[in-house]
Amino acid sequence: MSRVLPYPLLSASLLVMWLLLNRFSLGHLVLGAVIALFAAQGLAALHPAKPRLRRWDLIPKLIGIVLYDIIRSNVAVSRIILQGKRRERRSGFITIPLDLRDNTGLAILAVIITSTPGTAWLDYNTSNGSLLIHVFDLVDESEWVELIKNRYEYLLMEIFE
Amino acid sequence: MSHAVDLPLWIALIVAFFLLLGAGLALTGSIGLARLNSFYDRIHAPTLGSSWGLAGVVMASMIFFTALELRLVVHEIIVGIFITVTTPVTLMLLGRATLYRDRSEGNENAPESDILEDANDIGR
Amino acid sequence: MSALILTWAVNIAQVALAIAMGLAAYRMLVGPRAQDRVLGLDTLYVNSTLLLLTFGIRTASTVYFEAALIIGVVGFVATVALAKFIMRGEVIE
Repeated sequence: MSRVLPYPLLSASLLVMWLLLNRFSLGHLVLGAVIALFAAQGLAALHPAKPRLRRWDLIPKLIGIVLYDIIRSNVAVSRIILQGKRRERRSGFITIPLDLRDNTGLAILAVIITSTPGTAWLDYNTSNGSLLIHVFDLVDESEWVELIKNRYEYLLMEIFE
Repeated sequence: MSHAVDLPLWIALIVAFFLLLGAGLALTGSIGLARLNSFYDRIHAPTLGSSWGLAGVVMASMIFFTALELRLVVHEIIVGIFITVTTPVTLMLLGRATLYRDRSEGNENAPESDILEDANDIGR
Repeated sequence: MSALILTWAVNIAQVALAIAMGLAAYRMLVGPRAQDRVLGLDTLYVNSTLLLLTFGIRTASTVYFEAALIIGVVGFVATVALAKFIMRGEVIE
């Protein structure tokens, strides 16, 4: 199993992508499967670190929370941009001490924070685990720290550690 | 658009709604990009277009082609996933590059690497 | 009726996206610094991807979708390379 299919998730998503790009047919299914297997073998030659998932069941919850937050911050940020300078707005940098150490978890946290309008990941210090983000509309600093630590980091730690 | 004559009205309304939502969000993001004052503020603006701006247009396209061809057409979702995954990477790299430049040039509006008090008043 | 609604929606969306591309190009030309220009380029190609998807709806052809995908890939690689260049090429000589 692990020799033939070293990265099952990667192979499966490559196969799905191949079938989406072409129309579904038996020939494309076989061709896509062959390509997915070869791509997984190629990746295995690079020996990337394999992420361990401990709690599969929490992933839909994380996706739901992130989608909801992105909608909310879309509304908030576009309101600020369209209002212009009528309201005093303060943006600033926040440092957050992170307990999450897993590389995959950190990568997903980075994508979540950056793709949410209103927060941008700037720097991460690997030695002490402190994260520097920029917040577009900074009202209360501790509120943002709480949000990221309790809402995202807690879930990611449950999933990956 | 003679090919859309046979579409049901409610599908046309849904497609129009998502299309206008997506285009409006992308426009808002670009207005923010052109209008905001500092780079660290501007970096937030394009995420409007690449999160729900993109999702709106992709959803409109998926619904439209599914209704038009009477089969499930979801290949637009590849564009959606691809841009959703890659835009944060480019923004993060740009943010880090800017931070690095500001620090190495000793600019006032960049936070120091370890001194983090009073970092909130700068970067406006 | 539905053709009329869709025609107007596509027209408005295309005008909005064209203005958005113009604003991104404005930021790319004005700067003031190199990172602002790269950010403008990034926004420009995301907006052009969206514009190509609306062209696909207008003509009911899926060819535009592939063009949008290619622009997405090329734009991503270009922005990453430019960001790396800003970090390494100019600051450390």
